[in-house]
Amino acid sequence: MSILIKGGRIIDPSQGIDEKGNILIENGKIKSFPKTAKKFEKDSKVKVIDAKGKVVSPGLVDIHVHLREPGFEHKETISSGCKSAAAGGFTSIVCMPNTNPVNDNASVTEYILLKARTEGIVNVYPIGAITKGEMGETLAQIGEMYEAGCVGVSDDGMPVMDSKVMRHAMEYVQAFDIPVISHAEDKNLSGTGVMNEGEVSTQLGLVGIPCASEDVMVSRDIMVAELTGARLHICHVSTAGSVRLIKAAKKRGVKVTAEVTPHHFILTDEAVNEYDTNAKMNPPLRGKKDRKAVIEGLKDGTLDAIATDHAPHSEDEKKVEFDLAPFGIVGLETALPLSLKLVEDGVLTLSQMISKLTDSPSKILNLGKGTLEIGCAADVVIFDPEKEITIERNKFHSKSKNSPFHGWSLKGLVEHTIVDGKVVYSA
Amino acid sequence: MTFERKHILGLEELSAEEITLILDTAESMKEVSTRDVKKVPALRGVTVCNLFYEPSTRTRSSFEIAEKRLSADVLNFTLSHSSVSKGETLLDTARNLEAMGASVIVIRHPMSGSPWLLARELDSSIINAGDGSHEHPSQALLDLFTIREIKGKIKGLKVVIVGDILHSRVARSNIWGLSKLGAEVRVVGPPTLIPQYIESAKAKTFYNLEEAIEGADVIIMLRIQMERQESVYFPSLREYSRFYGLTREKLIGAHKDVTVMHPGPINRGIELSSDIADDASSVILDQVSNGIAVRMAMFYLVASAGRNQ
Repeated sequence: MSILIKGGRIIDPSQGIDEKGNILIENGKIKSFPKTAKKFEKDSKVKVIDAKGKVVSPGLVDIHVHLREPGFEHKETISSGCKSAAAGGFTSIVCMPNTNPVNDNASVTEYILLKARTEGIVNVYPIGAITKGEMGETLAQIGEMYEAGCVGVSDDGMPVMDSKVMRHAMEYVQAFDIPVISHAEDKNLSGTGVMNEGEVSTQLGLVGIPCASEDVMVSRDIMVAELTGARLHICHVSTAGSVRLIKAAKKRGVKVTAEVTPHHFILTDEAVNEYDTNAKMNPPLRGKKDRKAVIEGLKDGTLDAIATDHAPHSEDEKKVEFDLAPFGIVGLETALPLSLKLVEDGVLTLSQMISKLTDSPSKILNLGKGTLEIGCAADVVIFDPEKEITIERNKFHSKSKNSPFHGWSLKGLVEHTIVDGKVVYSA
Repeated sequence: MTFERKHILGLEELSAEEITLILDTAESMKEVSTRDVKKVPALRGVTVCNLFYEPSTRTRSSFEIAEKRLSADVLNFTLSHSSVSKGETLLDTARNLEAMGASVIVIRHPMSGSPWLLARELDSSIINAGDGSHEHPSQALLDLFTIREIKGKIKGLKVVIVGDILHSRVARSNIWGLSKLGAEVRVVGPPTLIPQYIESAKAKTFYNLEEAIEGADVIIMLRIQMERQESVYFPSLREYSRFYGLTREKLIGAHKDVTVMHPGPINRGIELSSDIADDASSVILDQVSNGIAVRMAMFYLVASAGRNQ
């Protein structure tokens, strides 16, 4: 079955395209950009999707997702996580290794990929652990995981505190040309912290995580990347300090890239007021200055990509004392409308915003995705950037509903998500 | 004015008028405690549960007496948090108590914000009896009541809070209450125990005790928790006491009628030298008996707000 996407505004930053046109998909691949749609409309073998007034772009790419399987299937499964991704316009997602068992060897990688092939409706790329069990002590089976399909390594959530271990990891990955992905946090400095350290934490009597806790580690990781020549990717940047450090490092040629989450460029720690556990995540929501800095970082290119850090947790796990609630929120189904706010606020053009969610993240991990180039797999999203929507947590396709954006009125509706030429989601 | 709150969770959210109303109501409640029959029927037929996740003799007893003087049926539920964290959740426990008929839940919990969770999820009125490092409204209210009783006013007084501000819910509630009622609040202690952002709550920070108590009308000493010296907040209790323990000599700069208060129990010779502790003891005992009146007022107002709704 072929698909013709007719009359949409095609935006593909990877090729510098932003124009009205048609896209023909055949055999799961982008076939051509036909000048007229007429001859296809009469062809019964061609499914025509009218995209008039809609944006047609490469399917979105999220390089920071927790799919929870194996081990925490009550929060999310590969199947439900993929559905959530498709509903959010994502056609490729990258899953973090903090499952149970941890993805620190090829058999877990293979299990995830098998599940994704048989039950998943979007492309899934696993990240392997840096160290065995994410314990920060000895290197995981990085080479074998790479062969099995891992596209990077990270001890996400469990930062490698020992700088020598980090050094060896950064040296070792260069044999496979994959980046080390760092959740940059000095665990000692964070202590028992549960939110950003600032006025709000002081008033709420909650233990704070200072910005320095992130800055110190971003700084170290940049130094070690410089020492080793490795490619370093900094996850979910949340502080003005990190933005400053990454900017300076890029300027002197360190191979560092960085991502930011929608919640960090939309919210501040004020959202924690009244102890809302759906505003509890790590890194925590920061203050106004930090939010401004990450927005500035997106604008000036210091921050390369938008990634959600989709972190599903069950209702029961979140409905507890703030100190006991796990860190994290779901993000796949709110990322696009939240990112469109950047366009509305004049921070990014629509094309720049789409780039942060498509070709730019894809490049960081060499996925070869996030493009509408002829001959490439037909991963496409069609969305209406002006359509007003209300975020309704109970309509999420994710198994979990932990979102601080429930009830928000935003613009941006995903109409169709297409993976390998197959429509996997329609609104 | 009338009191319209279903819950009393902290002083941060109360207005100066609401705080004053509680203090005024406590005056009449104090009178009840002087009667031969120390009982009024305000909470007859109401079941109040004291849900305590931390050991506390004083606060729990004070709440219990207040409840009984108002003729409530009292249910005491004391749990150790360590055993609970492995079993039933806070919400499940509280829902069970509600099913037993409790319509007012007094909660003491080691984690900040726990009363908010109950207020959000349950139908009962929630009274915060101390949550983590956040607020301890009844203690601050009884401190305010005692200060007002001794000084005749609160507005314009210089009040110094000494010690571990970082972990102290008493300090936070007092800072809110005192500043709302027009007192000038100063906090003093080692920099490791004074949160950097406390000035946003309208308290002025000092690291030197003598400087802080210059001209002070009231000094509220916080209890130093012995286990804190195990961590890295200060080198030793001896050193803490040398710089931040209150002695006769250090009091010289204070107002001549300075009142020294302590939420108890006192570590004699550490926060307070023994002679000052003796001098302060009458105030400390006043605080204890005023605590009952203030807690009665809190219940009375919350219950009448409930009836008005």
